[in-house]
Amino acid sequence: MKKAYLLLADGTLFEGVSVGAEGVSIAEIVFNTGMAGYQEVLTDPSYYGQAVCMTYPLIGNYGLNADDFESRKCWVSGFIMREACAYPSNWRCDRSLDAYLKKEGIVGLAGIDTRRLTRILRSSGVMNGILYSEGHEPTEEQLAEMKAYKVTDAVKTVTIDQPQVCPATSEFKHRVALLDFGVKRNIQRELCARGCEVTILPAYTAPEEILNGGYDGIMLSNGPGDPMENTEIIENLKQLTASGMPIFGICLGHQLLALSIGAKTQKMVFGHRGVNHPVKDLAKDRTYITSQNHGYAVLGETVDPAIARVSHINLNDNTCEGIEHLHAPIFTVQYHPEVKPGPQDTAYLFDQFVSLMDEKKGGAQ
Amino acid sequence: MPLRQDIHKVMVLGSGPIVIGQAAEFDYAGTQACRALREEGLEVVLVNSNPATIMTDKAMADKVYIEPMTIPCVQEIIKKERPDSILPTLGGQTGLNIAMDLVASGFLDEYNVKLLGANPTTIDKAEDRQMFKDTMEKIHEPIIASKVVHSVEDAVAFTEEIGLPVIIRPAYTLGGTGGGIAYTWDELREIAASGILYSRVDEILVEKCIAGWKEIEYEVMRDGKGNVITVCNMENIDPVGVHTGDSVVVAPSQTLCDYEYQMLRTSALKIITELGIEGGCNVQFALNPDSFEYAVIEVNPRVSRSSALASKATGYPIAKIAAKIAVGYGLDELTNAVTGKTVACFEPTLDYCVVKFPRWPFDKFVYADKSLGTQMKATGEVMSISNSFEAALMKAVRSIEMKVDSLSMPLIAKLSDEEVIEKVKTCDFERIFSICEAFRRGIMTIDEVHDITKIDTWFLHGFMRIIDMEHALEQAEQLDEQLYLAAKKMGFTDKVIERLSKKEVGSLARMPVYKTVDTCAAEFEAETPYYYSTFDEETEVKPATGKKKVMVLGSGPIRIGQGIEFDYCSVHSVWALQQLGCETIIVNNNPETVSTDFDTADRLYFEPLTPEDITGIVNAEKPDAAIVQFGGQTAINLAGHLEKLGVPILGTPAWSIDAAEDREKFDVILNKTGIPRAKGDTVFTEEEAVAVADRLGYPVLVRPSYVLGGQGMEIAYKEEDIREYMQVITRTKIENPVLVDKYLMGREIEVDAICDGEDILIPGIMEHMERAGIHSGDSISVYPSISIEEKHRQTIIDYTKKLSKELAVLGLVNIQFVLYNDEVYVIEVNPRSSRTIPYISKITGVPMVDLATRCMFGEKLKDMGWGTGLYPECKHYAVKVPVFSFQKLRGLDTQLGPEMKSTGEVLGVSTSFREALLKGMMGAGYEMKKKGKILISVRDADKQEIIQVAERFSELGFELYATTGTANVLNRHMVATNAVRNVDEPSPNMIDLIESGDIDYVIATSVKGRHPELGSVRIRRSTVEHAIPCLTAIDTANALLRCLEGDTRIQSCELVDINTVHLK
Repeated sequence: MKKAYLLLADGTLFEGVSVGAEGVSIAEIVFNTGMAGYQEVLTDPSYYGQAVCMTYPLIGNYGLNADDFESRKCWVSGFIMREACAYPSNWRCDRSLDAYLKKEGIVGLAGIDTRRLTRILRSSGVMNGILYSEGHEPTEEQLAEMKAYKVTDAVKTVTIDQPQVCPATSEFKHRVALLDFGVKRNIQRELCARGCEVTILPAYTAPEEILNGGYDGIMLSNGPGDPMENTEIIENLKQLTASGMPIFGICLGHQLLALSIGAKTQKMVFGHRGVNHPVKDLAKDRTYITSQNHGYAVLGETVDPAIARVSHINLNDNTCEGIEHLHAPIFTVQYHPEVKPGPQDTAYLFDQFVSLMDEKKGGAQ
Repeated sequence: MPLRQDIHKVMVLGSGPIVIGQAAEFDYAGTQACRALREEGLEVVLVNSNPATIMTDKAMADKVYIEPMTIPCVQEIIKKERPDSILPTLGGQTGLNIAMDLVASGFLDEYNVKLLGANPTTIDKAEDRQMFKDTMEKIHEPIIASKVVHSVEDAVAFTEEIGLPVIIRPAYTLGGTGGGIAYTWDELREIAASGILYSRVDEILVEKCIAGWKEIEYEVMRDGKGNVITVCNMENIDPVGVHTGDSVVVAPSQTLCDYEYQMLRTSALKIITELGIEGGCNVQFALNPDSFEYAVIEVNPRVSRSSALASKATGYPIAKIAAKIAVGYGLDELTNAVTGKTVACFEPTLDYCVVKFPRWPFDKFVYADKSLGTQMKATGEVMSISNSFEAALMKAVRSIEMKVDSLSMPLIAKLSDEEVIEKVKTCDFERIFSICEAFRRGIMTIDEVHDITKIDTWFLHGFMRIIDMEHALEQAEQLDEQLYLAAKKMGFTDKVIERLSKKEVGSLARMPVYKTVDTCAAEFEAETPYYYSTFDEETEVKPATGKKKVMVLGSGPIRIGQGIEFDYCSVHSVWALQQLGCETIIVNNNPETVSTDFDTADRLYFEPLTPEDITGIVNAEKPDAAIVQFGGQTAINLAGHLEKLGVPILGTPAWSIDAAEDREKFDVILNKTGIPRAKGDTVFTEEEAVAVADRLGYPVLVRPSYVLGGQGMEIAYKEEDIREYMQVITRTKIENPVLVDKYLMGREIEVDAICDGEDILIPGIMEHMERAGIHSGDSISVYPSISIEEKHRQTIIDYTKKLSKELAVLGLVNIQFVLYNDEVYVIEVNPRSSRTIPYISKITGVPMVDLATRCMFGEKLKDMGWGTGLYPECKHYAVKVPVFSFQKLRGLDTQLGPEMKSTGEVLGVSTSFREALLKGMMGAGYEMKKKGKILISVRDADKQEIIQVAERFSELGFELYATTGTANVLNRHMVATNAVRNVDEPSPNMIDLIESGDIDYVIATSVKGRHPELGSVRIRRSTVEHAIPCLTAIDTANALLRCLEGDTRIQSCELVDINTVHLK
């Protein structure tokens, strides 16, 4: 077995074995605490620019299958685990993790003390690092590049080029514009299942085009990177929020909408990546277990109480997990109600969005 | 919602005696619950008949009733204590059933007692088969085609519709008692009949058999607000068809993708929401391995064995949180005690793999049916943690103490290829070992084994990887670091590596590092040092605090002979050490216990109790000392190793333990002290044994040395017995000699004492109701002794003192004596804690483990305020009555003898001996029927004594039946008895009589049994299948008579709060 390494910006070196493609990859190193769902993680565009370390030690047990891809390709810059399973078992499995990573050209590293890495990231915060396999030892330039690395042009890279229409999979009710900031397929699937015809639009689609497109509601997707980088989109959102159109934002969509109404975002120490985070819906006084993947958060205290209220908080660290607009049918959440991976407890938010569109339509008639 | 304001005094129901299917996990749950409630300032009234538990300690509740777990008794306690609420969901099925009865009868309403944590509708929806089915249909959760029936005919009719095979599940029973899979029509009739009998409501479920589907469990919790979480999911390696208590289980699930995991999780949460449970709940699923099709198999609307496992597997304290929810808190208001920062309303995530391995009693019960099915047979279990499946499995296997240290079992290794293949096809307790043997020999492929067993190939690949490593080690020309480390990471010990490679590990030897169980995969810092070993880079062991560090070794899995009482002792020792200012380290592998709770000791190591595993911990912690005398034989066996590592043993030294066990060394001590014992000798072979027996004269007692619970102990009445015994025992390699002693059938007396090196303190002398020959664990034991003359009492005190001093006992010692022909003989000395410590501590109020621990630190008994010599006798009698799990173990003879068979015990406490005995027997399940029919069949030796016994039953109004020989004797002595044909005579014979259901008691003694084909064994088994009390000793029958001859109503008994017994 070929050796592979992870060198962190602080100089810590991990030696393991190579999985997937051989080569070298510079990335921001993050950890995910979900025990299953690696296929969805690999193909979640929100991980663009990052190498993900899975804290669960046995990865690849059920292989990969044709149904569980969350987007058109693998977006992670590297994949780190304690043990990569070479003999997957599941009725839907059609390829092994190693084969998939090879095909996608993703550098993987197995056999390291992932808990040690996680503990480093937990205390120092997410850190840059370089993953490389034997024979691909990094050059001085690459090391310098690693130290200076920052995830940039994230949305630009992951969004689609051309609009794409997805028909409703139950009785047709609404037309939804889904702005693709790095959308996970299940957002679209959840909407289609609720009678929405979903048009996935490139992230930079002009607001007029959306407002004149005959849509009943706008869905703002999840996505990667620093939200503040997306100045053009934030400007566009100001127009959209003023339109009175029902809007539902998830993850990056939530952050961008918050920025568009004047709130601020901040990079977190090591973010929230996992499927076990408790989020309280403050109005309902109910707590839900949520799927999370974000490294930036909206600062709740910067949300202008005249415009919107913080509707959800994370019970572990009290960070803002959702916003509700006070004067428009707009709500957003930081977590992932579309799951994949993760608990399905908050799928009701999609119903809520559909209800807003129902109301809007009812009012217009 | 914060604490409810309408609750002030809560009654907590325990689970009663340990039986298969309901073990120490409920002591763990109940203890956590009691502490959680008292933290809130609530007054707690505890009821549990099991004296070996920690929950029945005076410190655990304000009022502690060690009284029978029966409805009338709990009613009386409620009348006396008038609690405003009752918490029944932490006391297993026993606690729940009692509470449901109290609700149904209107009793709780009448006394204004609120039911916490559950409501009757909830329980019925989960436990009543029809209501469960209706509920699942209502919320669109799939279940397996099934029908509730109340008769064998209806069971057959329904099976004709859905086809064989079917599973029979009786309603409201523990561990699937009376159930099973029927593949033929005959089996269907037989199992249906027994299921109906065992059901509390004469009801069974006939269900389509989906054997081969994956069995997945979820532990979920819900609060009064409706917040729901999953604590853990688990996957059974054995597919549906093997009871989950008998399955090897992994956590989390390994072969489920996220969608499957979430699909079942959502279903479990829907179910707990629909049932409206406020607390914990266990949902079991069957998942089709080839589609998303699933079915809900079972819902336990309470804390269960699986919740104890889930708690230990994740670090999430389910029972504590369930108790807090029951008194009003929301999950979002409670803190995750492990991190101390985050909330309890979250889902633990693991960064390791957990394996649970059951511990079966088949090493003792060689003739019991060893197949596995829907009826649980394991007495206990171990859990192991590692970051690979293989290493966790290897750790589990060496934790179960079945004399294996890898996936190789000597007996299976001796089988032919054909026999191994045949064994793979048999679903018995050794199947994993059979599969591994087949892989080892290359006679079966993974696919072939999968086709037969339906075990997922992922697990089979795991087994194969271990076998591949064995081969790699065997074939290695040299043991290099890479191979060595790969083997270590896969869970191989140095001993196994050296055996397989035939090479010394030498300088390659590497010590493990320790990782933390923290509920959150290192996302947050953990405050609780709960560790497991791995062969990784970074260790997380917290630096020493400067306090004296003492390591306490636990007792491993619960098995017959080594039960929960040793956990009681280990935990008390930890508490005592903390009082003495020490930092405590506990090492244990039993997930059901209080000792493995993260907040019991200062540091918890969830590890196998083997020399090599201990070496790693010693290396990491560098303890100043260790204590082994509280952890049963498991810990004692490690004393020598600890000394070799240079860890001082606190208390009785290792040589003393050896001297007490070694025949010759012990004889020297007895000669020196002038204490008599039965004559005997040590032997290694069959011929030697026969020679010794001839010299001593029959009957003789034969037993191996260095065992607990009289394992493999028997009374031999003739040469054939000796020969058969030696053949059985020499089947496995014997390292220690077999002892052959003259058998003295006298009165057995037991003493537990504390010795400080100079003085002794005997809290109490116990006397057994049954004469010597029945294992002390299976005898009814009485404190204080009722019939011992003063001179003998003095002799006992004198002997105890002499033996303790001579054996350099420092701490606890247990000595068994026999009073024979007016002389006291010593039977055995165990310089360690014993089964009776918890009950004697409770009844006398002498904190024995605490005092013993302080003695180890040089304190003197005379300074401790409890005196020396014999402690003044208590005005209360305490009668310990053994409890058995015979109905779970088909084919096992119920005849009591020198080999222990009971799984648990209850205590009866009263100022009247008869009342104490009555309570003990009621607690043990005797219904005290005062009239009816009794069937008697006794061995010749008992025929004189049976006359009086029969006469007394006759005088009570019982109709007597007896086998020809016995009936002749009785009729000759003017005790009118109906003669019945013996079991080997044509039908109708006594088996038909037993099966008719007309018989209320059976007295059946026989010279010897064991083999299920023997007539006497068939009689006794038949009584078990028909739930008829069967007395196998005349003394036990006399004890029962003593109860029946007086008032047997609990209402006329005084109910005793154990906390008030020793108030002076």
